[in-house]
Amino acid sequence: MALLQAIDVTKRFGGLTAVNKMNFELKKGEIVSVIGPNGAGKTTFFNTLTGLYRPEEGKILFNGTSLIGLRPDQIAARGIARTFQNIRLFGNMSVIENVLVGMHFHLKQNMVSAILRFDSFKKEELEAEACAYELIKYVGIDTSLSNELAKNLPYGGQRRVEIARALAADPQLLLLDEPAAGMNPQETEEVTNLFRRIRDEKEITILLIEHDMRVVMRISERISVMDYGEKIAEGSPAQIRSNSHVIEAYLGRGAVAGQHEEMVK
Amino acid sequence: MFSKEKFQDFLAKLNTGYTPYVLILVHIMIGAIWVYSSPRSNVAFVVFISSLLTLYGLNTNKIFKLSAGLILALVVMPVLGVRNIFYLEIMFQISVFAALSLGLNIVIGFAGLLDLGYVAFYAVGAYLWGFFGSQQFYAIPYAPGIQPSDLPFLLPGDMFYLFIFIAIIVAALTGILLGLPVLRLRGDYLAIVTLGFGEVIRVLANNLDKPWNLTNGPQGITPVQRPTMPQFAVDGFNNFFGGIIGHTVSKADVYNVFFYLLALLVIVTIIQVVSRLNDSKIGRAWTAIREDETAAIAMGIPLVQMKLAAFATGASFAGAMGVLMAASRTFVSPESFSFMQSIGVLTMVILGGTGSIPGVILGAATVTVLNLQILQGFSLYLSQLRQSDAVIPIINFAWKNLSTQLDPAKYQRLLFGAILILMMIFRPAGLIPAARRQRELAADDEE
Repeated sequence: MALLQAIDVTKRFGGLTAVNKMNFELKKGEIVSVIGPNGAGKTTFFNTLTGLYRPEEGKILFNGTSLIGLRPDQIAARGIARTFQNIRLFGNMSVIENVLVGMHFHLKQNMVSAILRFDSFKKEELEAEACAYELIKYVGIDTSLSNELAKNLPYGGQRRVEIARALAADPQLLLLDEPAAGMNPQETEEVTNLFRRIRDEKEITILLIEHDMRVVMRISERISVMDYGEKIAEGSPAQIRSNSHVIEAYLGRGAVAGQHEEMVK
Repeated sequence: MFSKEKFQDFLAKLNTGYTPYVLILVHIMIGAIWVYSSPRSNVAFVVFISSLLTLYGLNTNKIFKLSAGLILALVVMPVLGVRNIFYLEIMFQISVFAALSLGLNIVIGFAGLLDLGYVAFYAVGAYLWGFFGSQQFYAIPYAPGIQPSDLPFLLPGDMFYLFIFIAIIVAALTGILLGLPVLRLRGDYLAIVTLGFGEVIRVLANNLDKPWNLTNGPQGITPVQRPTMPQFAVDGFNNFFGGIIGHTVSKADVYNVFFYLLALLVIVTIIQVVSRLNDSKIGRAWTAIREDETAAIAMGIPLVQMKLAAFATGASFAGAMGVLMAASRTFVSPESFSFMQSIGVLTMVILGGTGSIPGVILGAATVTVLNLQILQGFSLYLSQLRQSDAVIPIINFAWKNLSTQLDPAKYQRLLFGAILILMMIFRPAGLIPAARRQRELAADDEE
């Protein structure tokens, strides 16, 4: 059975149809990319999946149950974690606190146990702290930065903290919105490997939006191409590379522009 | 030349070894002796209470801090306060406002929800005990001013203790009631709605003297009962401290000491509750909401629930302090809960440092002292000058020609405004900025 199923999902903003009858399926353990030109509706699609937007039409099923009408925090608790296109860390909290926030709904403590500091509370906090520390190490952040405010980290570091925070929710599905944006080739290489490790070691299914074709082609098992809110193609990297629709809508234009730039130089 | 580095070096040197201990003790001694010998001097009192700041700020071990603080609060302050009861009053006010600031700090500092009607919860607590702890219940059929004076009291005065807890619950419920409809709002919109809510409570208190006289209208409810004070407590206090105080202490003054100590106890409890909440998943969720609401909800934080928790917790502190205030004053009236009070508490939070627990306490102390002592003292000084024959030399201006309209005690609003503006420009994070807890982590890291 599919882990995630989107059936005829449509999201409109006034007269603009940002996502139009999107059909999409994700199997457990896959790494799938969604690509498309700017404004194609990729991020809107992500936001409807995570409950930040409510689609006008269509169904979204996760593990066979509908996500429509659930609040974002309820959807997160069902096992979908995400990162954001423009990093949205809690800047004035320390790195480790950011990660701890990701564990929010796994922690059993409540107001009473927090005020009275039961042993169970202390134990849970220590365990959570240790777990957060491991995650920080896992995503490749220097652990001596754990107590640093998140806003003080370099760009690449902040991207990694965001991934660690999402992993802290112990999700089944991880949505990454342009995780390699603004990274240099070496950093890109590192996070690409990180994603593969997350899938292989933690068995988390990954869906990512990405513009960097090196990342997309290297990591994806399947690619979905969106343009004007619709899915125009889907297939393996090799199929997408040779798909005429895609070349026309996206890669083609990009390739031509690239050649043009080179000629100018 | 005087260089900044040298100065910092000098400060650092002062803060190591035994020097801080000596400095603190000297500061406390000077302050205490000065206040003891001239109980009416404002400067002496400011020097004295600023020793708390030295105690907090300088680098000494915990046991010293704790014991020095306890002796200051439980022995030195009551003795000095009984010699000039005004000081106890100031300490009580500082505690009340510190509690309010700590409560508002949860809503504004932690969760980032701008609440301009916070004083409403304080009113809820005060009127709760004001109603049940007075004759008001039997005065319901009478219009204000015409009720007979021999009405019985509804509840015995010792129910006061129970009502502190009831007020916590009632104020928290009021907080939730306010929170529910306004949670969709952010920033300015939220501020306006809460401002309106604060005014609604005040106007209700002002006008609920008809058709049934529930609040006795603008005249306020009086007398509100205090818990009973056994005679042996008064005698005990006199036996113990009578020698140093120099005169017999009356029951009324022992009441002042009692309320001061009770307020202190409430404050210590609140500080514990706030700092423990702050260092749990609840506090982290509040801060996350303040930092980025969208990211917070996407990370699985239930926004509505956590915001309501912030509103309720903040409100409950104000409720408890309301009961305390009503009993200590034996009087509640709507004018104590004006919009200016909310702004006052907001000023304390911003001055001290939004989100910082020691900060907002310092803010509350500073604003209260400025308000009750410095401005008042300045007023007094001006009026003395007016009555004298003194003349300002160069411009040849006689002090007695100074308009009586110029009364610094009335410039509270100017003070609040100036503090808010200056802080925003020069120190937006406050006097003691909030710091994140530093966790000790690297213990297991040896690879």
